[in-house]
Amino acid sequence: MTRTGSRKVLSAVALTTVLALSAACGGSAAETSDKPAALRMTVWTSDKDQLKLFDSIAAAYRADHPDVSKITFESLPFADYNTTLTTQIAGGNAPDLAWMGDLSRDLIASDALLGLTDRFKATPGWKYDDLLGSVTSEFSHDGTLYAYPFSNSPFALYVNTDLLAKAGQKIDPANLTWDQVAAAGAAVHAKTGKAGFVVRDFDYKAWNTLATVWTGWGASAWSADGKTCTFDSPEMQQAFTFLHDAAFKTQAMPGPGTTADFFAGDAAFTVAQVSRASLLTGSFKFGLYPLPSGPKGKYSVLGQAGMGVLASSKHPKQAADFLAYLTNPENAAKLAQYFPPPRKSLLTGDKLAANNKVLNAEQLQDAVVDQLPDAVTLPNHTSPAEIAQKGKTALDAMWRADADIPAVLRSVCAAIDPILAK
Amino acid sequence: MTRTRAAGPAGPVFWTSRRRDVLTGYLFILPQLVGVAVFVLLPVGMAIWYSVNDWNVFTGKQTFVGGEHYAALADDPQLPKVLLATLLFSGGVVIVNISLGLLIAVLLNRRFRGVTVFRTLFFSPVVVSVVAWTLVWGFLLQDNGGINGLLGTIGIDGPNWLQKGDTAMVSVILTQVVRSVGINMVLFLAALQGVPRELYEAARIDGANSRTVFTRITLPMISPTVLLTAIVTVAGALQSFAQIAVLTGGGPGLSTTVLVYYVFQQAFEFNDIGYGSTLALMLLSFVMLLTLLQWQLRRKWVFYED
Repeated sequence: MTRTGSRKVLSAVALTTVLALSAACGGSAAETSDKPAALRMTVWTSDKDQLKLFDSIAAAYRADHPDVSKITFESLPFADYNTTLTTQIAGGNAPDLAWMGDLSRDLIASDALLGLTDRFKATPGWKYDDLLGSVTSEFSHDGTLYAYPFSNSPFALYVNTDLLAKAGQKIDPANLTWDQVAAAGAAVHAKTGKAGFVVRDFDYKAWNTLATVWTGWGASAWSADGKTCTFDSPEMQQAFTFLHDAAFKTQAMPGPGTTADFFAGDAAFTVAQVSRASLLTGSFKFGLYPLPSGPKGKYSVLGQAGMGVLASSKHPKQAADFLAYLTNPENAAKLAQYFPPPRKSLLTGDKLAANNKVLNAEQLQDAVVDQLPDAVTLPNHTSPAEIAQKGKTALDAMWRADADIPAVLRSVCAAIDPILAK
Repeated sequence: MTRTRAAGPAGPVFWTSRRRDVLTGYLFILPQLVGVAVFVLLPVGMAIWYSVNDWNVFTGKQTFVGGEHYAALADDPQLPKVLLATLLFSGGVVIVNISLGLLIAVLLNRRFRGVTVFRTLFFSPVVVSVVAWTLVWGFLLQDNGGINGLLGTIGIDGPNWLQKGDTAMVSVILTQVVRSVGINMVLFLAALQGVPRELYEAARIDGANSRTVFTRITLPMISPTVLLTAIVTVAGALQSFAQIAVLTGGGPGLSTTVLVYYVFQQAFEFNDIGYGSTLALMLLSFVMLLTLLQWQLRRKWVFYED
């Protein structure tokens, strides 16, 4: 190619690049905050009834607020929710409001969320003191609440009583321990070929769900300040010895690479959130109880989700105002039919049962209301995905019959300590 | 106006026929050029920019860090394992894919009843979506899945394929090869049918056996296609993402975490866009180097290339 030729190619490339860039950047410049705001909230539900409820609350809000022209609820697939939301934020296309789970710590630490305490307290009739302390701490920093914990679903033990009867097993739900669950599970597996107990969604990958077990041994993933890994503690060793025995010795828990869905009738027990009760199809008799006791006694574990306002929103005032409306006592009661609420006034077995088609008042009182005040949340930290992946990479060595349990747990700490220390 | 032009000096004409040709030529390639600029050059340029910056994705703040991410490549304790997995996976895919593709092509390069059915059968996985294909194989490869069930019927106790490092690697390689071998098979078939019959006849008359015919006539004659498939298969193997993400998630341990999956983890899961971009540029340079190497080697072993 001649020199003129190559110069022309270069200028053509430069020109098209500039054109592409200006086309990409031109779109958003026209928007100002004076125009009526169009709000967008990312959610991970795609349930039609839930979205209908959100839409109806939004419509009622817009009727009184001409400064908001539109409120959209954008359903993102749950599996990639954090990645999609982060990519939207990074790409300058952040939503105004967002649901959040384990991404909350990163968002709070980066000042990416608006503080909500003052706004909620200033809203007439909002009743800030109605919020349960144990469920707000996860979304708070230095006394400020950054996300409304709209869903607080404790983990519970689901029991397939048909399967237990078939294997001639009996349990006493009031005094149930993990050892009894493992023994009954192993017996069910031996007699029926079905699985014993399954920690739902663990699948030998999502190790954070195992907190529903190890908390009963008094173990935790890291210290309270989140700076030191405690996977190598004696309590954690005992908890993992229990799980390892269940997977490889007694077969009380299906081993790696074996799937068993409790809700399809494939397992005698499962640990899952109370909100999963909607998956019960009525094809077998079931019981729902608080988690079994561990060597350290009774305990409860909670999975949470919050709703917050992104600081990068072009309409932070309107977004926060709408959130205060969406979560006021009246609307919180409506949301409570799908998500266990954070408000003390709504937390009674009878109130929760009024909207629940599967569980009765007694079950909801035992498994939700009584558990919430002392529940610990699943392990949550900044950089959740990196901790989860590095932890999993190290923990993979645990899931073989000849695993050196203390050594594997030490390697988990070696892998995640640098991230915790950041 | 007309008078001015008529009276003016007769300077050199700008639009000579050569310049006109050049402009026409560029106009023809303009759509392609725009595509390359927007979807290749611009992203590569941006990746270079990201690689020298630290980007807090939540606040949008970018801090210039110079060569820090490049230095981090040397300190990353996971990277050697990732590179080993990449080498094993790409090497495995290329060797198995090309030899299997060639074998099937040679077997199907003859006339017998139902040959079209067999060719279609081997090609059909190519048109299946990667994710759907891999999901189904994920079920088949489970401990209590279809493959071990099948092995059980003939008395073999199959391994827990996706839970051990070596069998997991074999699984991802085979899943990838079975899906994509059809393309290479078709290319080899076309090449085989282009080999002049008379060469074979002459060889037979000279008393050459099948093996000699294959190594001395068939292979050299189809060597340009072998080069093409090698380049395409290497580049494809280095870019395999969905198979790993769906089948093993890079595990167990890091045994199937190939470079492109590692790039995704760093950039989009750990939100370390800077380090992810640095790794992506490393992958790009690998692909370029390998392609260059293959292109240079063609002089040695590709027949009739000049």
